Amino acid sequence: MAATKAALTLWRRLAALLGSLLGGLLAIGGVRAADLPEDTAEGLLHVYNGGGVTAAGPAFLVRKSVADRFSLTGSYYMDAVSNASIDVVTTASKYKETRHEFALSGDYVYRDSQITLGGSTSHEPDYVANRISLDITQEVFGGMTSVALGFTRGDDKVGKKDSPEFSDTARHWQYRLGVSQILSPRWIMSVNAEALSDDGYLGSPYRAARVFGAAVPERNPRTRSARALMLRVNGDLGSRDAMHASYRYYTDTWEIKGHTLELGYSRYFQETWLADTYLRYYTQSGASFYSDNAQSETLYVSRNRQLSTFDNAAIGAKVSWLWRKQPGKYEVKLNGAYEFVHFKFKDFTDLRTGDKYAYSASILQLYVTGTF
Amino acid sequence: MRQPTRTGAALLVLGATLLLGACSSFSVPTVEPWVKPYERERLADPIMRFSRNALPEKHVEHVRDVREGSRGATGVQGGGCGCN
Amino acid sequence: MTPPSLVGRTLGLLAIALASLASPLATGAVATQASAPDFTLRTMNGPNLRLAEQRGRVVMVNFWATWCGPCRQEMPQLDRLYQKYKSSGFVLLGVNVDEDARKASDVAAKLGVTFPVLLDTDKAVSKLYDLSTMPSTVIIDRDGKVRYFHRGYLAGYEDNYDKQIRELLK
Repeated sequence: MAATKAALTLWRRLAALLGSLLGGLLAIGGVRAADLPEDTAEGLLHVYNGGGVTAAGPAFLVRKSVADRFSLTGSYYMDAVSNASIDVVTTASKYKETRHEFALSGDYVYRDSQITLGGSTSHEPDYVANRISLDITQEVFGGMTSVALGFTRGDDKVGKKDSPEFSDTARHWQYRLGVSQILSPRWIMSVNAEALSDDGYLGSPYRAARVFGAAVPERNPRTRSARALMLRVNGDLGSRDAMHASYRYYTDTWEIKGHTLELGYSRYFQETWLADTYLRYYTQSGASFYSDNAQSETLYVSRNRQLSTFDNAAIGAKVSWLWRKQPGKYEVKLNGAYEFVHFKFKDFTDLRTGDKYAYSASILQLYVTGTF
Repeated sequence: MRQPTRTGAALLVLGATLLLGACSSFSVPTVEPWVKPYERERLADPIMRFSRNALPEKHVEHVRDVREGSRGATGVQGGGCGCN
Repeated sequence: MTPPSLVGRTLGLLAIALASLASPLATGAVATQASAPDFTLRTMNGPNLRLAEQRGRVVMVNFWATWCGPCRQEMPQLDRLYQKYKSSGFVLLGVNVDEDARKASDVAAKLGVTFPVLLDTDKAVSKLYDLSTMPSTVIIDRDGKVRYFHRGYLAGYEDNYDKQIRELLK
């Protein structure tokens, strides 16, 4: 615990040092205009189906520039969840629930800097989550390097269906630092680091853990500190196509370590088609207090399979068709995306069969995007 | 007592680098940007962006956040939910 | 757990640094008061055009690309200035740096520009003028000397250009 606290302090020092160096670089860099994000309207229909859970719904986003330097973005996201997952089926009964999320953010561009202030609120019958964030992006070194600093603060109110006496809260802090660097006329890379802190009720009032074969309410720590580092590279391959590669390392004070690897390829076809395909592999080692069936009494215990040791592999494809276009005026694209992912758990048993649990899921997205 | 010292150090570094930048006669070896603005045609293409459409990317990130223990550093702005 | 205020302070420092942006202009190979480097480029319509032949007129050279947002915003404004002053001895040369000349012609036509568009596909002239920003707009006086070198484009720059052109046309 002390070692990870020291590590988090190191991150803070690093962020402070980089922040001051950045301030120094600003005075050296030349004048350049950063682009205000384009006016956009997006409509999305999303579906997730797998492991007994179906979550689907629409989402909308509108972005409009106001007075040359400002841009406002508003979005709405809905999730209608029908949950008959293994946890629900083995310990309770199937349920349906709807979640609504509203977000609003503003961008301000001044020379080669961009400041974004945003907020969002998410409502479910038993959970309210509010977030506020501030992001600053600065182009330096002749526009070859882009440095971004970000901060998000979250406040959640946790409730429990049919139990008005249960009420708790959770607070979140996220600090982000990102650097994107042009390597050559065809290659660009980025490094993103994030420090996350959570405080409060971090579990689920519906989930049970298993101790000596008996179901007991789960006991999670009331704090969690995490660090994530992601490296990405994009390269233009010369024939109107590009490759993408990324790796992310995650570690936290619950002793979860996660590795994510993604490889992708994009290509233009004719004048109006764009296709992407990717492979993603994720592996994680479980939380220290996670147990499929605890054989001793410990301060914290959880059977949340999200915290267990497992891996998943996914393959996905996206297609985009330029439907209508008026150069300099607007562009409307029709898009579809599909991902197939297979989860394999190492230490979570399917109580219905006695084998280690595994399941497959599909993610489907159909969306229209217009830029003006 | 440690925090004010850290802020002081940060301010010193900021001040030093600003000064270095201002004094062009001070011979600090500088590296020139090696990709000129007029050579950035390929990089300006949407195919080379790290993030193309905010809405679908937010959805996929949400799906992963709910089912995996890892979070963050993706560049996608997340919201919260009680998805457990 | 108290959130670390040090990171908050760092962000504050950053905001101050941003607000006090006093970036000195990058010094390129082309300094003001020096002779504008001569070049000959093919125009969109075919025949070559040489900068030195424009001596005696006020010349504005605008470097642009189809993939550059601020460039596309600036061009209609430049066209307006061209129409306004071309009969007074003013010439505007749009130098395009796209790899594909056809894209340049397409976008120039769609934006409805009437000033000559020159094609610098191999970026030789861009290198000659040591461009550090896109777009870059150079204003050259009747004696062939560079008088103003504008880097980038923000809304309102065209008013500056108007004043400077008028002053040089006198």
